[in-house]
Amino acid sequence: MSEIVVILGNVFIVVGLLFDLLGCIGLVRLPDVYNRLQASTKCVTLGTCFILFGSFLLMGFLWKAILAIAFVVMTSPTGAHAIAHAAHHSGIKLWKKSVVDRYEEDKK
Amino acid sequence: MKRLALFIVSFLCWMVLTWTLYLPSVLIGLGLAILVSFWFADLFIQEPRKFFQIKRLAFFLYYIPIFTYYCIMANLDVAYRVLHPRLPIKPGIVKVKTSLKTPTGRVALANSITLTPGTLSVEITEEGYLYVHWIMVRTTDIKEATERIVRKFEPILKEIFE
Repeated sequence: MSEIVVILGNVFIVVGLLFDLLGCIGLVRLPDVYNRLQASTKCVTLGTCFILFGSFLLMGFLWKAILAIAFVVMTSPTGAHAIAHAAHHSGIKLWKKSVVDRYEEDKK
Repeated sequence: MKRLALFIVSFLCWMVLTWTLYLPSVLIGLGLAILVSFWFADLFIQEPRKFFQIKRLAFFLYYIPIFTYYCIMANLDVAYRVLHPRLPIKPGIVKVKTSLKTPTGRVALANSITLTPGTLSVEITEEGYLYVHWIMVRTTDIKEATERIVRKFEPILKEIFE
């Protein structure tokens, strides 16, 4: 039983690290601030949650980690929203191949 | 009622964080939770009645697996776009409408949108319009975009927060 839990915990941590890595690759490859935020928020949130869940299993059902997951899930998208909002307000343009910007149209 | 709700939440947080039944620790937590709930209850909780309704809690528990599913799909989606050599993206900001009225409900919706495939909420207005950055714009029409982005969560969030 405990061995399965250990293996599962390690698998969760490795998968979480992979997602974190993908988020970083997205941060480098995608063109503008909004797209980068998309990649980094999604991947880093889930990656961190997976790592925390892995440590929850490895450390013998450490419920703190679950609480931390709840807080990360609540705060990380809020932070991304704040950054995107601030970027748009300070006049950062979308990528040149973007199709539409309803927000800019409505602001005028 | 407000105070009781905040007291339960903060005391639970304390107990989980310390994770011990050692008496002095529990007593300190109790005292702190009482202080916090007396000072900040008016700031955090507007309608305490909702906090104690079992139906809302049940819908919340039902919401967790759905949200997790969409979250994982979002990550696979990002993985596909980021690793694809030609970078298949077509970004843009579209406008959608939500019928949620309460601030908490709207925050939950905006956060859910941010963590689900290809979308990131940029701004929300008083009238309930959300501006959403979409990494793969399929439609610029308000109605259709609402159908695609908001419909997944709105009915459940309505049950939880409205």
